[in-house]
Amino acid sequence: MELLIDGLKKAIEMILSGDQEVYAITWLTLKVCLISILISTLIGLPFGIFLGLTRFKGRRILLLFINIGMGLPPVVAGLWITMLLWRSGPLGDLSLLYSPTAIVMAQILVSLPIVTSLTCTAFQQISDKMLLQIKALGATKFQTFIILIKQLKIAILAAIMAGFGRVIAEVGAAMMVGGNILGDTRILTTTIVMEVSKGNFDIALALSFILLSVALLITAALTFLQQRKRIS
Amino acid sequence: MNPLIQLKNITFKAQNKTILDIPEFQINAGEFLGIMGPNGAGKSTLLKVVSFLEQQTSGEILYLGQVIPIGNAPIELRRKFSIALQQSLLLDGTVFHNIAIGLTLRKISKAVINEKVEYWMELFGISHLAKKNALYLSGGEAQRVNLARAMIVEPEILFLDEPFSALDFPTKIKLMEDFKGIIETAQTTAVYVSHDLMEINYLTNRLAIIVNGEVKQSGPTPRVLEHPNSSTSSFLNEWKKFYPLAR
Repeated sequence: MELLIDGLKKAIEMILSGDQEVYAITWLTLKVCLISILISTLIGLPFGIFLGLTRFKGRRILLLFINIGMGLPPVVAGLWITMLLWRSGPLGDLSLLYSPTAIVMAQILVSLPIVTSLTCTAFQQISDKMLLQIKALGATKFQTFIILIKQLKIAILAAIMAGFGRVIAEVGAAMMVGGNILGDTRILTTTIVMEVSKGNFDIALALSFILLSVALLITAALTFLQQRKRIS
Repeated sequence: MNPLIQLKNITFKAQNKTILDIPEFQINAGEFLGIMGPNGAGKSTLLKVVSFLEQQTSGEILYLGQVIPIGNAPIELRRKFSIALQQSLLLDGTVFHNIAIGLTLRKISKAVINEKVEYWMELFGISHLAKKNALYLSGGEAQRVNLARAMIVEPEILFLDEPFSALDFPTKIKLMEDFKGIIETAQTTAVYVSHDLMEINYLTNRLAIIVNGEVKQSGPTPRVLEHPNSSTSSFLNEWKKFYPLAR
């Protein structure tokens, strides 16, 4: 208990003292996580809607792989991205390994299946009759898409929150593809692992409180968007 | 007779089964056409095909004498029609928003939308529900919203697929009375699908009986109901045991 309180005090001290290193790590964490979830949403949302509303040969198999992807171990994602970006790998020429971009790529790999699958599940529940009714109201395909997104706002934001939860908590892949380089690829989760391995539990705890605060703030904002003004 | 829609040699097949087989059929301007038949006869499919929501397997549909290519009805044509289904299928939002949606999709100005929504809410007696969430309405209220939503776009043809069937009897009677008055005042051409003789007898002035995907008899409603032919008598006589035909 004493250790927890000390950790909390240390976290407040780090924030108030304007520790540039902590700020830089927190900012990078926020940046890579938000970029990852934004890209996952931009790809996963339309893809999930497509999978939820259409039926085609091979759809079930595709969904099976996406659902398996929801439980993809981060180290496996990290390994794949490392092999992809390794000097002799297909994208080796881009020299992206051990860069924030590599972390973003790994985080997309772990969050994209979550956003896609949960979006697909939500849209799959829309009845054919509802789709017919929207068409009968005189909606174009694009207008139908907008109406459905508005109607399923709660489920869509839940999918985004679940994806965000995965990327903010992710450490294995970020360590593997980022390398935990100070001032370059060091993010909160990788720093916590490093401090624990050094036996600095107070710093690790302090950083964990900062990480929790960041996660809490983003999730709170998304929850506010999700739950605001429902007319009864 | 001034046909708005004509069907020529229409078939609709699903999973190698013929659901509709209609050599000739038409909807005339200003009429209140009833389509009646037993469950699974193809009534709702006919409604979807004739309103261009589903595409026929073969045959021609003509709108004002012009052939509309299969599966290629332009959005402008679809927007001339309106549909109210058995389930009200309202959206999560206010009653006002739900009634306005057809006009919003047609990019009508806000001032006109406000004016029209007020008018149709008053006509259907639901002005007091304007700010309520449409998902929390009673069955009767939801169906009034559904009908107002269909009528507000002032359709050339209003298609109705058993909109009163899920309502309790007193609610159904009251809503049908109100609705008939509104349709007559607006002089809207309407096509009403039902398997309920009482509703058909009360609302429609022309009737088509459809059995196994084929139109077996059509004509003025009283005449068809009073003189069913050999193909429709077994279905109609069952109903007539329960409802008198007096209008």
